[in-house]
Amino acid sequence: MANLQSNFLGIKSPNPFWLASAPPTDKKINVLRAFEAGWGGVVWKTLGTQVKNVSSRYSAVEYNGQRVMGFNNIELISDRPLDINLIEIKEVLKEFPDRAMVVSLMADNDRNSWHELVKKVQDTGAHGLELNFGCPHGMVERGMGASVGQDPEIAKMVVEWVMEVAQIPVITKLTPNVHSVVPAARSVLKAGSNGLSLINTIQSVTGIDLDTLVPNPNVAGHSVFGGYCGPAVKPIALKFLTTLSQDELTNKVPISGIGGITSWKDAVEFMLLGASNVQVCTAAMRYGFRIIRDLCDGMNNWMDEKGYKNIEDFVGLSVPKMIKWEELDINYHIIANIDQDKCIHCGLCYIACEDTSHQSINIEKGNPYNKYTIKEEECVGCNLCKIVCPVSDCITMEEHRKGDEYLNWKEFQKRGLPLNDH
Amino acid sequence: MSIQNNRLSAEEFTKNFVDVHPPFEHAEGAVIEANRCINCYDAPCTKSCPTSIDVPLFIKQIASGNIKGSAKTILSSNIMGGGCSKVCPVEKLCEGACVFNLLEDVPISIAKLQRYSTEKAIHEQWKLFERKPSNGKKVAVVGAGPAGLACAHALSLQGVEVTIYEKEEKGGGLMTYGVAAYKVTPTFCKEEVDYITSLGGITINYKQSLGKDILLADLQKNFDAVFLGIGVGIARELNIPGENADGVVDAISFIYNLRTNDFNKIAVGDKIAVIGMGMTAIDAATQSKRLGAKEVTLIYRRTENEKPCTDVELDLARLDGCSVIWLANPKEIISENGKVKQLVCSKMKLGEPDKSGRRAPVDTGETFILDVDMVIKAAGQIPFEEVIQNADLKNNQGKIMIDHLTATNHKGVFAGGDCVNGGKEVVNAVQEGKDGAKAILSYLQLESI
Repeated sequence: MANLQSNFLGIKSPNPFWLASAPPTDKKINVLRAFEAGWGGVVWKTLGTQVKNVSSRYSAVEYNGQRVMGFNNIELISDRPLDINLIEIKEVLKEFPDRAMVVSLMADNDRNSWHELVKKVQDTGAHGLELNFGCPHGMVERGMGASVGQDPEIAKMVVEWVMEVAQIPVITKLTPNVHSVVPAARSVLKAGSNGLSLINTIQSVTGIDLDTLVPNPNVAGHSVFGGYCGPAVKPIALKFLTTLSQDELTNKVPISGIGGITSWKDAVEFMLLGASNVQVCTAAMRYGFRIIRDLCDGMNNWMDEKGYKNIEDFVGLSVPKMIKWEELDINYHIIANIDQDKCIHCGLCYIACEDTSHQSINIEKGNPYNKYTIKEEECVGCNLCKIVCPVSDCITMEEHRKGDEYLNWKEFQKRGLPLNDH
Repeated sequence: MSIQNNRLSAEEFTKNFVDVHPPFEHAEGAVIEANRCINCYDAPCTKSCPTSIDVPLFIKQIASGNIKGSAKTILSSNIMGGGCSKVCPVEKLCEGACVFNLLEDVPISIAKLQRYSTEKAIHEQWKLFERKPSNGKKVAVVGAGPAGLACAHALSLQGVEVTIYEKEEKGGGLMTYGVAAYKVTPTFCKEEVDYITSLGGITINYKQSLGKDILLADLQKNFDAVFLGIGVGIARELNIPGENADGVVDAISFIYNLRTNDFNKIAVGDKIAVIGMGMTAIDAATQSKRLGAKEVTLIYRRTENEKPCTDVELDLARLDGCSVIWLANPKEIISENGKVKQLVCSKMKLGEPDKSGRRAPVDTGETFILDVDMVIKAAGQIPFEEVIQNADLKNNQGKIMIDHLTATNHKGVFAGGDCVNGGKEVVNAVQEGKDGAKAILSYLQLESI
């Protein structure tokens, strides 16, 4: 049995799965249910100024019959009175002292408001603070949320205010609604933030009701940009995470990974790219807190198989495998191979390659089954056929190097080697 | 033992004849199934459909919520796509070719999805086709079965005025009169025919038999071209002693009666032997059971490997409680007071392959006797040879002979469907009707479909 215990900036939890600051962590009743189900920790839904929410609040993207491939919301920070939240946080801490209790904050944009809020929350005994510099809707218009996170100078200023009074670890949650998260991350770390988390949601329009022509979610015939999350955003989150793991300043602090984590595999991927732990929301909103069982179990089994005893053993292991394009080995060449015993003759590889790639698959018409084979001399090793093939391991990419030595683009140019190989 | 009707209650009849392949109850079910389809290129299902329905396209259209487009994709290739979704032996056509079979997975429910779109189109009378303005050409079609209707629809689309002559009171041919009642209802058959003719330009004259009420020579005179889709329909005789006894019926008339009368009017025996193992034999056997017969035994002269029906059909009969005796050939029907009492069968064994490529049954000389009070003959159908001879149509044992463009030996007379092929599936007849229309349009120097 691997050890799933997590220690994030001294905040301990029995596993690295926290519920992200969001509706599932808005109330005591939810958080108790989550802890009973086995979640390692929560980031309590953002506390701050009193707000009023609208109805409806969520919408989703469906893909080929799969519901909630992507999800968005226009909900604001907690709309419950601050005092009630603080009391409930205290009560939960008492009932589950072994779980991580981090509280998300978004105060009005002045020093006093931040000081007051930080102090009140610290008084509950919470283990850490997460600064919400990422909410992309509703709060932005009031100069809060993403409008703080998008401007490194403002972000720095706010973090400085927080650090003046903070006595527990401070995590700054970054917005992805920027071309790079690194400047803001560097800025808040310089201001003293102890750790980072990302991503918050991405501004989005999920779709339009084609009868009423009103985009989703519909609030009395109108809509606004909502924050996008769920499985669809995972690759974007992983990219932003990687840029922090590659930066020499930002990779010195723990990062809590967020963005579309649905399975233990997703979580492992975030951690391999440098996240010390992960936060989950959409998957829980889709299926309930019970998903924690397989998140832990799957990660545990994978760690056992790979021989990792503690989660720290594999955090960041894939970061060095991400390099610059010009460092890639041009001599590496792979060619597709179709296993005729496994092929079900669906023709998906053929039509994808023929219409949109390199015309590298040969078709031999049959009735009703055609035979598909690779034209090895034409194949550029792009992976498209393997990606569209519905049968596991039917199409494999086999290595046929163009040369023995490692040869990158810079060297290739220097030697004046031929450019067009087609 | 006796042959009698009204063996069951009205509720039992309703229950026994309920749709054997129920439709999707909700859009969600159809969409989930449609999304399971991987959308093959040059798809084996399409290639295995005699009418070449673009199956991946129509399924993708269901998945995308474009049900009208889906119905049009189906009906453009097969105007009887609604009926075919209920009666096609899909396990040996589209679904049998589905690549999921190669993954040992359940094939896509193509028929059920096809039914989903086409039933909507038919019930809601979607106007998916618009015929070209009339071009003044007139074509007579004989037979309002699948071949005739498909031919008429394709011709009318191009502006031809079509008159169909049908010997029965209703259109649909075998769909209406020759398949099991738990596959298609009379109401559906009527709706389907009405839907096809709602295109306009098609008039059906009922109770008009070729050779009696109408003559081919007259049609040739009065129309620019003629299409013959008169089907087959005479049950093959067993040619054994006792065949004329009371209680021996042919499956075609048995099913015809069942499709044209209330269930409580149809008499069946206590113990029935059904001779044959084709689709019609299965339809007769299962329906006898569902009408209240106590024991139904299918008698087939070869083994399960050579059977003409599909596994799905045979399972249906077995689940209905019918038993099967393989390698048995009827030798004599013994009667008492003119009524069937026993069926004597020869025990057979398999010999060398015959013309059909299947191993031929050979008499072992041994016999056995079955106590029965009813024998249903379903050993195949033969063409309307007399009608065809009288019309001076070149034929092969009653099957009308055509050239590669569906033309008969009479100029301007074309033919297709069972009367040419000797009796295949509805879907084959539809394609042959389409082929006939194409040839006629070319013959009339009209734009080809």
